[in-house]
Amino acid sequence: MSMQTGLATSTTRLRSYAPATDVSVAAPAPRLEIARATPVTAHRNPRTEPGPVRFIIIALAITFLSVFVVLPLVVVFASAFSKGVVAYFAALAEPEALAAIKLTLLIAAISVTLNLVFGVVAAWAISKFEFAGKTFLITLIDLPFSVSPVISGLVYVLLFGAQGYFGPWLQAHDVHILFAVPGIALATIFVTFPFVARALIPLMQEQGTQEEEAAISLGASGLQTFFRVTLPNIKWGLLYGVLLCNARAMGEFGAVSVVSGHIRGETNTMPLLVEILYNEYQFVASFAIASLLAMLALITLVAKTILEQRLDEAEVPDGD
Amino acid sequence: MIRRVLPLVAGLLWASSAFAADYSLLNVSYDPTRELYVDFNKAFAAAYQKDTGKSVEIKQSHGGSGSQARSVIDGLQADVVTLALAYDIDAIAGKGLIAADWQKRLALNASPYTSTIVFLVRKGNPKGIKDWDDLIKPGVAVITPNPKTSGGARWNYLAAWGYAQKKFGSADKAKKFVADLYQNVPVLDTGARGSTVTFVERGVGDVLLAWENEAFLALREFGADKFEIVAPPQSILAEPPVAVVDTVADKKGTRAVAEAYLKYWYTREGQEIAARNSYRPRDPEIAKEYEKSFAKVELFTIDDVFGGWTKAQKEHFAEGGIFDQIYKN
Repeated sequence: MSMQTGLATSTTRLRSYAPATDVSVAAPAPRLEIARATPVTAHRNPRTEPGPVRFIIIALAITFLSVFVVLPLVVVFASAFSKGVVAYFAALAEPEALAAIKLTLLIAAISVTLNLVFGVVAAWAISKFEFAGKTFLITLIDLPFSVSPVISGLVYVLLFGAQGYFGPWLQAHDVHILFAVPGIALATIFVTFPFVARALIPLMQEQGTQEEEAAISLGASGLQTFFRVTLPNIKWGLLYGVLLCNARAMGEFGAVSVVSGHIRGETNTMPLLVEILYNEYQFVASFAIASLLAMLALITLVAKTILEQRLDEAEVPDGD
Repeated sequence: MIRRVLPLVAGLLWASSAFAADYSLLNVSYDPTRELYVDFNKAFAAAYQKDTGKSVEIKQSHGGSGSQARSVIDGLQADVVTLALAYDIDAIAGKGLIAADWQKRLALNASPYTSTIVFLVRKGNPKGIKDWDDLIKPGVAVITPNPKTSGGARWNYLAAWGYAQKKFGSADKAKKFVADLYQNVPVLDTGARGSTVTFVERGVGDVLLAWENEAFLALREFGADKFEIVAPPQSILAEPPVAVVDTVADKKGTRAVAEAYLKYWYTREGQEIAARNSYRPRDPEIAKEYEKSFAKVELFTIDDVFGGWTKAQKEHFAEGGIFDQIYKN
């Protein structure tokens, strides 16, 4: 009994947690609105506030968003194009910029691919099986969110640094992890690990195991069950997690900064290069790279909205 | 997804390994030398190709001097280090990566260029800052980075201390002077470049304590119509040293080219590159040619006033040292 309640609370925590992972974007519209919209007798309809009040509230919200979200974005793009389109593209065509873009894409590809696999496995284990230490595993998945990115980076310095635990062995065998691509990938995987698992766990828990049980009782193999039953059910949630994971992987600064070594044209990712160029007074170049990252954010935002609609549609038939 | 990602990854890996020079060096340096080494690396690569027929590619890494030393200790594969002060290279030598006598291996304390600490003020010098004394006046906001993390900041601190000790004749009075100075510091950035950005772009403060080369660079980048340099009559001779990292160079087989790289600093061309980038050249002839570019400042050395870096570091910047005592109050 107590086990059950524990599970139930952890499930609700998971569900409420998932949208909150990205604070920059409003959470999906809560369904409660439908209930609120039904007129209740003897009360004023909350949607018919006096005109001026409505106006002030809306104006406040728009002003706030303009100042804190739209304005910085506009500044990024304005600064990037301040010396014209030619200067903008010249800055992006610099070998250092190209190297940073390549490295960022490579790191994102590695970490998203691996986290896709790990995330599905972890979510599968948590939502479909009962085993001891399940709550502990859920907590572990959360760990990267609660640890400061600088610490996430330093952990790898302590493990793989020349003075660290595995450092001397790695050096003797000429394996480079720290201050090279593997170190940056490891740090990025660490900070982006929760995204896929977090997006899938509530979804898969809600769906339960009936469909899989049915498939297996009809003679499907484990793999067939996964690819024909489970995967189609979770595909939108999976994409949603991948999207967030990718955005964070490309944008990560703190953890990567610690393990990068800042070698020009080699271990600088785009966020690191933005800072470096800014400190070199190359503002156009700096904001040009920043504008690419901002564009990524905008694309993520649009894709996220579309995916959320799909997710809602997918959930509705279950009777939410 | 995976099917789409894999060829992309393979393509990127291929593209990034397509170019390879005969030798590749990694120079781990401190913050303000970015522009200097862009020039120097280009000149050296050309000269080396001409002399030996081999191509050499030099990669750069820049950051706060202390944290860069830390990265090398942690395994950053630097063939050469060119840091802000001898103490940081001593720290690497202390871990056995560089021979202990590194500073004797090249002439002039292994410091092929020098600099000093000057003041950068806003155009017209509205607060009338002329000398170190003006920095402790009430209402003067001084910008300098944190000496715990920044090499330049330590030079700033020691320059102020050296001035005060010479003027007032006692360490106690020097301590009081430096304490008063840091009372006027509203923000401590972690590195020299961060402080420059704070002063120049964010418009914070009345005077920036800066490397001379950093002050000149700010003038070049932002125009002499916004700022001016004030050279105090007395300041410290800052000697940023260079060294080959023995363990890395030997393992990578780059010792010869790494040594040639550092020795190139001592040639006429190398010294001219230093001078053009507002570092004080050491070659007397070149120094004479560029005499007009640098203000006449009476320079004292860290050995004269503080008995060397190790001692200065221990007394002033170690945990619980004098800087900790004065900055707490």
